[in-house]
Amino acid sequence: MTAKAVPPKRRDWSLRSRAVRAVLYQLLALGLIALAVWFLAHNTLENMRVRGIQSGFDFLTQPAGFDIGERPVPYEALDAYWRAFLIGVLNTLRVAIVGIVLTTILGTLLGIGRFSRNALVRGLCYAYVEVFRNVPVLLQLLMWYLLLVEALPLPAEPISLFKLFYLSNGGISYPVPVWGLGQALAGAGALAGLLLGWLWARRARRLFEQTGQPRPVLLPAVGMVVAGALLGWLVGGAPTAWNVPEPGGFAIEGGSSLTPEFLAVLLGLTLYTASFVAEVVRAGIASVPHGQGEAAGALGLSKGQQMRLVTLPQALRVIIPPMTNQYLNLTKNSSLAVAIGYPDVVSIANTAINQTGRAVECIAVIMAVYLTTSLGTSALMNWYNKRAAIKER
Amino acid sequence: MAEVMFQPIAARPAPVKTEGFVPWVRRNLFGNLPSSVATVVFLAVALWLLPGLLNWALAKAVFATSFQQCQEARGVGACWGVVAEKYRLIIFGRYPFEDQWRPLVATAAMVALLVASCVRLFWKPWLVLLWLAVLALFFALMFGGFAGMEYVDTDRWGGLPLTMLLATLSIVLAFPLSIAVALGRRSNMPAIKTVCVLYIELIRGVPLISVLFMASFMFPLFMPPGTSIDVLLRVLVGITLFAAAYMAEIVRGGLQAIPKGQQEAADTLGLSYWQTQRKIILPQALAMVVPGIMNNFISIFKDTSLVTIVSLYELTGAMGLALNSDADWRPFKIEAYLFIAAIYFVFCFSMSRYSLWIEKRLSVSKTR
Repeated sequence: MTAKAVPPKRRDWSLRSRAVRAVLYQLLALGLIALAVWFLAHNTLENMRVRGIQSGFDFLTQPAGFDIGERPVPYEALDAYWRAFLIGVLNTLRVAIVGIVLTTILGTLLGIGRFSRNALVRGLCYAYVEVFRNVPVLLQLLMWYLLLVEALPLPAEPISLFKLFYLSNGGISYPVPVWGLGQALAGAGALAGLLLGWLWARRARRLFEQTGQPRPVLLPAVGMVVAGALLGWLVGGAPTAWNVPEPGGFAIEGGSSLTPEFLAVLLGLTLYTASFVAEVVRAGIASVPHGQGEAAGALGLSKGQQMRLVTLPQALRVIIPPMTNQYLNLTKNSSLAVAIGYPDVVSIANTAINQTGRAVECIAVIMAVYLTTSLGTSALMNWYNKRAAIKER
Repeated sequence: MAEVMFQPIAARPAPVKTEGFVPWVRRNLFGNLPSSVATVVFLAVALWLLPGLLNWALAKAVFATSFQQCQEARGVGACWGVVAEKYRLIIFGRYPFEDQWRPLVATAAMVALLVASCVRLFWKPWLVLLWLAVLALFFALMFGGFAGMEYVDTDRWGGLPLTMLLATLSIVLAFPLSIAVALGRRSNMPAIKTVCVLYIELIRGVPLISVLFMASFMFPLFMPPGTSIDVLLRVLVGITLFAAAYMAEIVRGGLQAIPKGQQEAADTLGLSYWQTQRKIILPQALAMVVPGIMNNFISIFKDTSLVTIVSLYELTGAMGLALNSDADWRPFKIEAYLFIAAIYFVFCFSMSRYSLWIEKRLSVSKTR
């Protein structure tokens, strides 16, 4: 099997040599695969010729001709296909990123809840995990969408929260500040504060390593960010104008809003994936031996320090790889948005296939988008995993 | 000298009771302050929500198959009548109504087979024959066309039988493929290894829906002009290829867990590559990954719901079909959703319990 079976010097060209046979097997396999690919490609081209299907990516620059309900960047029906695809990609990323953040928070809470001393908390977390992970995510998406659209009132008479937030079957409307110099400066100030906070954290760690004196990190850093934002806002003239939504006759006007499609996809994906994340977190924490926490306690670390400095860093090592898988699953499952009409990249591609008939190209676009996101996410998580892994000498 | 008086020591207090209901409640619900607060909050929320929920689901619910009554109870009580009215359509899809005993028997046989495969007693070589027999029975009953049974084409299959068929058959077909790919990924031959890695990573990097789109839009283009393949078969191939990539990684995990000494010992005995894999490595590796394969089966079982997007009416699709075409009952979709969610839950939950049980059984041999 292995190369060491072959004597290094003597060339043995007989069929009994493992090296020779390995080359033969590989040539055979590659030949078969090439034959299959040729067969499929030949058939595809032949079929396209017979049916008069055009091929190529030139359609991407032609006007799309369909409208998209949800667009993070400006788009009109007469814009080119590539722009429609871009909006699809942005919509996919939007729901995936927000979903990943929310699912991490919820899943971690649920996972830790499984270790609660309170039987009710334990039981509820267990029940949540079992119910949500044993029902198909597509079904959950459809149910949330149905609930949001049917159970909520019409936009004409929405549920109001402090007259600032409005909930109706047209989605959630919420107030946004009127964009101006003050907001821009506040953003810049917050960024500057973040940078300062990071420098402070580095200095604090260096001082800790030199002197052994722990210094506060989190509070000063948060303070710097808030102070930076506040300063920028004051310098910009302290603008207080808000764009507040108001219920009109047919729809809610003003403010910003999230559509029921987006909310349904987000809710469905988050609640479903959180049940898996909870199990990942539970397994991670359970993998750290009790003795670690007890030893930390014997050294005089508080409960919080035990968790933060001893248990969690070790649990993270076990948690990160399966967590990466869950993030990738969430991103891939966002493709189910096509079932409820949220314009993600699959949904746009589906429309494009129906309009242009270029199935091969559109599916290639879908696959390229997801492969890029998957590889990007796993590269990022691998980098983080390397940081969290055991430093072995 | 003081007189020494006999003074009995006071009896020790009885040990604190640590067993039974009250100590359990004290320990688990009111252990410390945060715990007590949580208990009170949860009980309050339950008291606030539960009556309304019970009212909706049971007390004010309509069980009769009358949509007028359901209309009246709308917003107050659930309409379970929709399930009573439509359950045949939901479970069997568009299969001819009078012949629905056939998918029923076929599905029952399939479920029985699955249950039997989970019992150790049946883990014998003839289980393969049993599988072939049951699959033949399944297709014979579903297709018909003999013994007075009318021929039913695949485009009328639907509901639970279709879900079972897609999930079971794709996993069974993916199994040998995944073993081959997993072995290929661990092979020393660079070309074969590259091909296997590409296949696994490519499939695992894209969502199932894109594979299904491929099956439904691109497979017809792949075939020689003039031939057409059944959409069910195309989707089945798509799901199989998808499941195999995931299962290959599970099998690879098992292969990697086998100590190197096993391989070396087999080499020393003069076993060939295939003999080594067949007699030494695979039996140990596969036994180890049974829980993983079971979990893969669960996720494929859930993922079959996606075929409704490419117009195959399995359980989810059949439900949509049953209600969307009927304006009277359409408003009560949420109850129908809950019904099929319950069906999925029963299947997936029992499978995950089995997977846990077998995991424990497997580790029994390792603990001593």
